[in-house]
Amino acid sequence: MNLSRKWLNEFVKIDAPDREFAEAMTLSGSKVEGTAELGAEIKNVVVGKILSMERHPDSDHMWICQIDVGGDAPVQIVTGAWNIHVGDLVPVAKDNSWLPGGVHITRGNLRGVKSKGMLCSLPELGLDERDFPYAAITPAAILGDYHPIDPEKPSIPAEIELGRKIFGPVVAAGAGEVKPLGGGRWSVALVWAEDGSPVGTTVETGCQNIHAMDLVAFNTKTRTICTLDDLHAEQREFPNCRPSGIFVLQEDCQPGDDIKAVTGMDDQVVEFEITPNRPDCLSVIGLAREAAATFDKPLVLHTPEVKGGAEGVLPELLDVETPAADLVPRYTARMVRSVKIAPSPKWMRERLRAMGVRPINNIVDITNYVMLEYGQPMHAFDYRYVNGGKIVVRRAAEGEKLTTLDGKEHTLNANHLVIADEGRAVGLAGIMGGLNSEIVADTADVVFESACFDGTCIRKGALALGMRTEASAKFEKGLDPMNTLPAVNRACELVELLGAGEVVDGVIDILNNVPQPTVLKLEPDKINALLGTQVPGEEMVRILRRLDFAVEGDQVTVPSWRADVKRMADLAEEVARFHGYNNIPCTLMRGQTTQGGYSADQKVENRLGEVCRACGYSEILTYSFISPAAYDRIGWAPDEPLRESMRILNPLGEDTSIMRTTALPSMLEVLQRNYNYRNKGVRLYELGKVYLPGGADGLAVEPKFLTLGAYGAGMDFFAIKGVVEVILKELRAADVEFYPCHDDPSYHPGRCAGVRCGSQHLGVVGQIHPAVAANYGVEAELYCAELSVEALLAARGADPEYVPLPKYPPITRDIAVVCGEEVTVGALEAAIRKGARGLLREVSLFDIYRGKNLGENKKSVAFNLVLRADDRSLTGEEAEEDVKSILETLEKDCGAVLR
Amino acid sequence: MKEQLAKIRAEAISAFESVKDAAALDELRVRYLGKKGELTAVLKQMGRLSAEERPAMGQLANEVRAALETALDTASHKLEAAALSARLKAEAVDVTIPGKAARVGRRHPMSAALDEIKEIFIGMGFTVLDGPEIELAQLNFDRLNAEEGHPSRDWSDTFYFDTDERVMLRSQTSPMQVRAMDSMELPIRIIAPGRVYRKDEVDATHSPMFHQVEGMVIDKGVTMADLKGTLNLLAEQLFGAGTVTRFRPHHFPFTEPSCEMDVQCHKCGGVGCPTCKGEGWIEILGAGMIHPRVLEMAGIDPEQWSGWAFGMGLERTAMRRFKIADLRLIFENDVRFLEQF
Repeated sequence: MNLSRKWLNEFVKIDAPDREFAEAMTLSGSKVEGTAELGAEIKNVVVGKILSMERHPDSDHMWICQIDVGGDAPVQIVTGAWNIHVGDLVPVAKDNSWLPGGVHITRGNLRGVKSKGMLCSLPELGLDERDFPYAAITPAAILGDYHPIDPEKPSIPAEIELGRKIFGPVVAAGAGEVKPLGGGRWSVALVWAEDGSPVGTTVETGCQNIHAMDLVAFNTKTRTICTLDDLHAEQREFPNCRPSGIFVLQEDCQPGDDIKAVTGMDDQVVEFEITPNRPDCLSVIGLAREAAATFDKPLVLHTPEVKGGAEGVLPELLDVETPAADLVPRYTARMVRSVKIAPSPKWMRERLRAMGVRPINNIVDITNYVMLEYGQPMHAFDYRYVNGGKIVVRRAAEGEKLTTLDGKEHTLNANHLVIADEGRAVGLAGIMGGLNSEIVADTADVVFESACFDGTCIRKGALALGMRTEASAKFEKGLDPMNTLPAVNRACELVELLGAGEVVDGVIDILNNVPQPTVLKLEPDKINALLGTQVPGEEMVRILRRLDFAVEGDQVTVPSWRADVKRMADLAEEVARFHGYNNIPCTLMRGQTTQGGYSADQKVENRLGEVCRACGYSEILTYSFISPAAYDRIGWAPDEPLRESMRILNPLGEDTSIMRTTALPSMLEVLQRNYNYRNKGVRLYELGKVYLPGGADGLAVEPKFLTLGAYGAGMDFFAIKGVVEVILKELRAADVEFYPCHDDPSYHPGRCAGVRCGSQHLGVVGQIHPAVAANYGVEAELYCAELSVEALLAARGADPEYVPLPKYPPITRDIAVVCGEEVTVGALEAAIRKGARGLLREVSLFDIYRGKNLGENKKSVAFNLVLRADDRSLTGEEAEEDVKSILETLEKDCGAVLR
Repeated sequence: MKEQLAKIRAEAISAFESVKDAAALDELRVRYLGKKGELTAVLKQMGRLSAEERPAMGQLANEVRAALETALDTASHKLEAAALSARLKAEAVDVTIPGKAARVGRRHPMSAALDEIKEIFIGMGFTVLDGPEIELAQLNFDRLNAEEGHPSRDWSDTFYFDTDERVMLRSQTSPMQVRAMDSMELPIRIIAPGRVYRKDEVDATHSPMFHQVEGMVIDKGVTMADLKGTLNLLAEQLFGAGTVTRFRPHHFPFTEPSCEMDVQCHKCGGVGCPTCKGEGWIEILGAGMIHPRVLEMAGIDPEQWSGWAFGMGLERTAMRRFKIADLRLIFENDVRFLEQF
């Protein structure tokens, strides 16, 4: 919401500078997003008066002008514009001046002639013709500027002479003296020849681009100077006869005046962020009320006065019915006759522009002006298209069609509320008017609608049609039904003020559902107890009254525009806002002590992260949503049950449309990105959730997974397995087994292990399948592990208990056994443990050897065994017995024989 | 004989003193003190001496032996010291050569900032809660007093899983307030960090997924002054002692009164600069006193109990804490970025 400080000052006089104003308003609850001078970007641009014009000796379209800019000596400026005349007042960007968009104007040379600045057009000042309708330019076709499309076949002879007939009654005429008549009209002396003899006349024209010595096309029949359209000519045939040019001012101003003051751009605009609970602040009056309370200044409101008296009796002219009464709490309308559509006056256009609204015409501008001032959206429609003089506010029929003012056709249904006449819809209630009842140049009778519609209905309707408008954005927040009448009266008052029409006496006002005012009990003790303050009751009353709450004893009547105030806590906020949030003391909590901290599981999760980092793996964070194609990329079969994912119905894009059931694609994408950045030796982990359908209440089950990913020097299967082993050791997980996993499609079938702890499956670790890595464009070997955090928590062993340190020395034995390739080290280790007779304390693999001397498909595996008894020194014989048993078991279970 | 002993003593001591290495010293030891050495040879002549001469000569011989042994020890120590010193010299390294890197992984900056916040609140007796990200709209909105029609419920703002708008990706961590009220005994002090989702396109300051931490206290006699005191403490712990804060009125459906907390811009000290968009202040979090209606919906009597709650964006906090310029870096996970923290 933008606020013009000039407009604000009409209701409450506040002279605080912008920054101070912004800070005070922000701290009382109306957050200021920014402040700006309307013409802040414009500097050193003044009004200039054209003293003389001469044609540029080296150009066929430029003028050299001497311009009075209020200084001692006139300045010389070269311009290519044709719409100016001696005596015109124009905006002059002087040497070293600035225009919107950061355009810097300095002195220069134009084809050898010095130019000390630039004359400005409307767009160059950041304006357009709607801001200054009188500045619209209709160029005449200047024959000297004619450039035929096909030089072989010109439609006007190249050497056209004075008096030559062009076609029909149109002849080439020479312009003599050009005199301004005011109001954008000129008189032009013309000469041409008829039957060989010279003829002269003086005609009036609105074409601004005619100068003495110009050759123009003159229609001797209509006695008008032809425009391009009259000649059926295209713009490119007359490249310098453009409908644009310098902004010739028709304002009461003097050379040297600052252009910002002259065009009303000297206003300060404050941009507010209005929270949805305060639709009343989406208006100048609403913000003025807040400002008055903030600065403790009187708020001066104005009650509209309508003279009325137009011909006709309102109830005979107009009948309103609201069959959808539940959606129309209030419908208020008035009528204006003998309307004269015209531009609205400068003060109104300036205010609209300051608030970011483009002026259109007096009637439309009035509706916008009232919407800005009162926060009440208004609609004006042409009475002659309200068939039967009857307005029906009803739900749309299924499939009913309506073309709105923006030219779009909509197919409606019963969820849409329409304004209709006897037979057809003429507007979408609260959203946009219909094209079929638009205010046009010859509109004579106008109906002003000022209504209160159901917020939810308008919101849903606007959303469904994809057309959230300024009006609908206001309605959807729930407007004050008491505002419709003052607003419609204000509109009629403005009609009379602008002389835009005559107002019919009387008002149509249908009240379907206007709530009773909320009355609350003021309990200062409770408010202070909630805030932790000691604000006296009288101060609270004073604050509430400043906001137009009526206070009688301890009864507070909430004003109709404050539907957000419903109970004590709401009153407390009003008190706090104006007592000052920053005047509330700061205390620390008292009360019952609570034991805080992490839960046992959270501590383990924290520990998992610490272990990963200690192993050199850095933490990553990835999106929870992925592309459905991610499951293809990681090689999952089409019928993989885990493909069943929670699907977002309105995702940002396909790439973020489903909730991941595995964190692997996220990790692979991050590895891919780092690989593409040529980062070396990457080690990463993520402790994140996956989302499996089928939870309680239609929600997901959201288990956490620890995902590791790595590539680069030093990485191989055993490096990543080592990290998994460290993690499991940290958890004191017992009975852990790594087993070959050949069938996980994401992993290399020969370099992947499943991990379990007893019967509990923990996850998987291995090298990513080269085909999967290739899907991510990575040629390096990628290593990953995925471990279920839930399973890890379950696998956690008991807290450590001290075991006495060994008192007796161990005996160590190295054994090397030869076995088939297919026998795993895990199987050999299991056999060793099984064969031992209670003295074996440690087994560690130290060598695997393959060689021709062993035979085909054979390998030699060497282990170091540590044997020890806790109660005595072992003898060699005792140890040998265990080793013998171990070797026997190895042979029996694994076919492994001592080498 | 006396002369012989004197000669051996002089020769041997001189030889010991000038010896160059351990092998030569050992040779000398054998030559003078060995079983077949010179001293032994002299002592073997003792038998030829008279009984009167023998004690004196014996004593002298012992003195000579002791002197030689001492000299041998000294020489031996000297050699050892020289050998050690030579070894140490040979073993010297260039200490300016970089050390062998011990790889330690890094905590993600967002988690690092969260850890700090958790520690602060755990110190004040708070429990850390985790909850579902795929959430019921009822908990994310209705139970938080954001009725049907609240703009944040729009499909343009919130991700939904069904056309009934029943199941959604939580748009805030605030439903954890409701879950805590429904499941915990009073009084309650919780924080609930986690992922939240809003339909924002990715840019330097927006992401469709980001993190928040929710904080909530419900107790008897909890005041807005307590809220301010606690949040000031948080700001000081996070951004340093002397951090200046201010509280502004704001609106959230589930708190009343509601506020936002700003901290004074660290770059310009409140004067206004590009970092704070000229405002002099940077918004840090939203907070307020729990709306009585929210308490009522959870079956808690607002006449008996009151509470406060806050919600804070973690990315923004991490970005401010570590001066990270672009939010996209947080989710890009470039190791060159991660290893800076």
